[in-house]
Amino acid sequence: MIRVLRARLQQGYQTSTRPVDALQLPERFRGRPDVVPSLCKEGCRACADACPTEAIKLRPLRLDLGACLFCGACQDACPTGAVRFTNDHRLSVRGREDLVLEGKELPLARSLDARMRRLFGRSLKLRQVSAGGCNGCEAELVALGNVVFDLGRFGIQFVASPRHADGIVVTGPVTENMEAALRETYAAVPPPRIVIAVGACAISGGPFAGSEAARGSLPPDIPVDLYIAGCPPHPLTVSDGLLRLVGQLERRDARRQVEEEIRAETLEWGARRANAELRAVGVDAGKGIPGRPNRGNGKAT
Amino acid sequence: MADAIAAVSEGQRTAAAFRNGTAFLTGDIPTVDPEGLRQEALARCRDGGRIVAFFALPRAGSDAGHDVFLVVAEDGLSSLRVLRTRLLPGNSLPSLSAELAQAQAFERELHELHGLSIVGHPWLKSLRNHPDLVGRSGNGSQSGVHPFFQVRGPGIHEVAVGPVHAGIIEPGHFRFQCHGEEVLSLEIHLGYQHRGAEPLFLRSSPARRLVIAESIAGDTAIGHASAYCMAMEGLGGASLPLSAHSLRGIALELERLANHIGDLGALAGDVAYLPGASYFGRLRGNFLNLLMELSGNRYGRGLLSVGGVRLGLDAAMRKSFLERLRKDESELKAVADLMFDTPSVLSRFEHTGVVAMQTARDLGLVGPVARASGLQRDVRHDHPAGIFRFAHIPVTVATSGDVMARALVRWLEVQRSLTFVQEQIGELPEGPLAAKVEAALPNRMVVALVEGWRGEIAHVAVTDEKGQLRGYKIVDPSFHNWFGLSMTLRGNQISDFPLCNKSFNLSYAGHDL
Repeated sequence: MIRVLRARLQQGYQTSTRPVDALQLPERFRGRPDVVPSLCKEGCRACADACPTEAIKLRPLRLDLGACLFCGACQDACPTGAVRFTNDHRLSVRGREDLVLEGKELPLARSLDARMRRLFGRSLKLRQVSAGGCNGCEAELVALGNVVFDLGRFGIQFVASPRHADGIVVTGPVTENMEAALRETYAAVPPPRIVIAVGACAISGGPFAGSEAARGSLPPDIPVDLYIAGCPPHPLTVSDGLLRLVGQLERRDARRQVEEEIRAETLEWGARRANAELRAVGVDAGKGIPGRPNRGNGKAT
Repeated sequence: MADAIAAVSEGQRTAAAFRNGTAFLTGDIPTVDPEGLRQEALARCRDGGRIVAFFALPRAGSDAGHDVFLVVAEDGLSSLRVLRTRLLPGNSLPSLSAELAQAQAFERELHELHGLSIVGHPWLKSLRNHPDLVGRSGNGSQSGVHPFFQVRGPGIHEVAVGPVHAGIIEPGHFRFQCHGEEVLSLEIHLGYQHRGAEPLFLRSSPARRLVIAESIAGDTAIGHASAYCMAMEGLGGASLPLSAHSLRGIALELERLANHIGDLGALAGDVAYLPGASYFGRLRGNFLNLLMELSGNRYGRGLLSVGGVRLGLDAAMRKSFLERLRKDESELKAVADLMFDTPSVLSRFEHTGVVAMQTARDLGLVGPVARASGLQRDVRHDHPAGIFRFAHIPVTVATSGDVMARALVRWLEVQRSLTFVQEQIGELPEGPLAAKVEAALPNRMVVALVEGWRGEIAHVAVTDEKGQLRGYKIVDPSFHNWFGLSMTLRGNQISDFPLCNKSFNLSYAGHDL
């Protein structure tokens, strides 16, 4: 027993406490690419030729994150830095076309509508279906349950039966041999239900796009509510996407904004009072006590 | 080709001997008749050989039949014996399976992929079951509607599991024939993950081939990418800088560390030993994170290129890696000491899911699963290539063949790999990270073997007279090992299945391709 306790002390507290959207991954981590079409040289197609999955289209430069494997080959090939990978891990969107980067910002996923948020905002149970996944995405979804990422603390859980689930998380290029099982699983989830496509394979076929043995994406009668890009997406990418979908990040940001407003108003009121008192007793307060604090960079800390 | 060690016939034996990763002329492969192939395979495997690959390539021209190639490894001699037979339409292949059980899945694959007639196979049941496979015998889009081996009698019942399982896991179907709790037979039907990787591979660009290799089994991205790169480098006759070999070795062992540690955590979880599950689960992530800092991806994707590696380690990273590895090592030891000293864990691990050494040999098992049953089998030692020609990792063997042995082999290998990675990082050579690789030579074959964390990964590439890829065969270690899992359940309780399954932790995608 003493040894169990000693090991427990050595292990310490490991759960990541910073908000999932504010964590910084290492410099080499290839997250959201920056795409700057204006830097392209006339007639150059180095990045498109280097891309293994034809995720890049030219004139103007467009990069489809749904097909991107984040391998970095385009960045290595580009002579001008028009494609450059950042370590930003936030890669979840609501619409398939939102995944196409062409110099504008990636429109990160908005939350579900009010009714769905009311149902799933605090408790979301998901059934995972691997439909040809290579165990990369699956392994990262499993990792969400470990003590570091601990998705359960946000009320999101993977469950054993589709009957207990509010939606499905699909990985893999939807092989022909899994299509029937995928449909049956989807049908077994009681509506309203949500569908989340995780990883390049489920979104575009990924490395297996064009294979005769796989569809290369979810069938149209299984409409997707959230696309999470990556190969595989980092666990933080997935949790960021899920929390955005159920509105937890919005709710947190809204609460934080209200708190900040109240704090600022309080400080301003206090400073006014203090300056008035100082003037009343004839003390020269110079420029006075500063009021509204600096808003900072708006980044969650 | 000068690299052929010997192409002489030894009495009845004709197969030429080649080395891991070195290309040879396809013309140097002896061609025998189908019965000759069978005799030689049986003789070689009786003498300690084992099947690495057994596959067919269609011959150019319609109705020209097939070339069937057999690759047998002689581990003690570090040599690979290769043999070919030509089958014209209408010809058949005498089956090896009745006498050489390890051939059974290969022969089912030959039948399913090419429609070859295999005479005397006990049951040419569909292996992957898909319309793109010509000789398929099942129904493509229906899940779980295959014929299964059945046991009949009073009190016998059947349990069907999958393809969609309870956890976050790949799909496969498990059919148990039980008498009460006791399992009389477990049949594993896969194929749900079949993505058509091999035909897609052949018609893809080199850049796409690399990412397909990385996705054969996503938890083995480094292992399969290493085998692919080795095959291409062998065909082009490239010589890599030492730093590239070393970094590939570091990445391969980091991959092994992450997966073995994850498996130890999963095994702990399955016997409800939560400290082990939580701590190993977290420590696994530390090794994925090291791979991410090296390669930009938690699974090492994007690190390897044909000719070398794309990223190295500077002095500051080496220092930080070494510090973290030392810390992880001490934390791992504390958790492992705790777990392997806990009676409730040991009582569940010991004598559960035993695979006898002879069974492991008959089935041609590979990797930690084979070593846990007492077989000295490790590509890093038996067929060393790359950095393993210069730096050696001792082969870890246990004898009891149970879940305990499979857990212990993993833990011992974790320690060996930790030492290796620290040594390699400590003395990482300077210099270029990659060499230029020339175009593949025509009419060549290369067999590239890599000891992935699950065992032997084999990629066999064959070029045509223009130097284009004519065939590419991928054998994931899981292809050899799935049948081993079936054997663990015979005569055991069905409730031990999850634990036995975890102790194998095989790849569905790697098997299904």
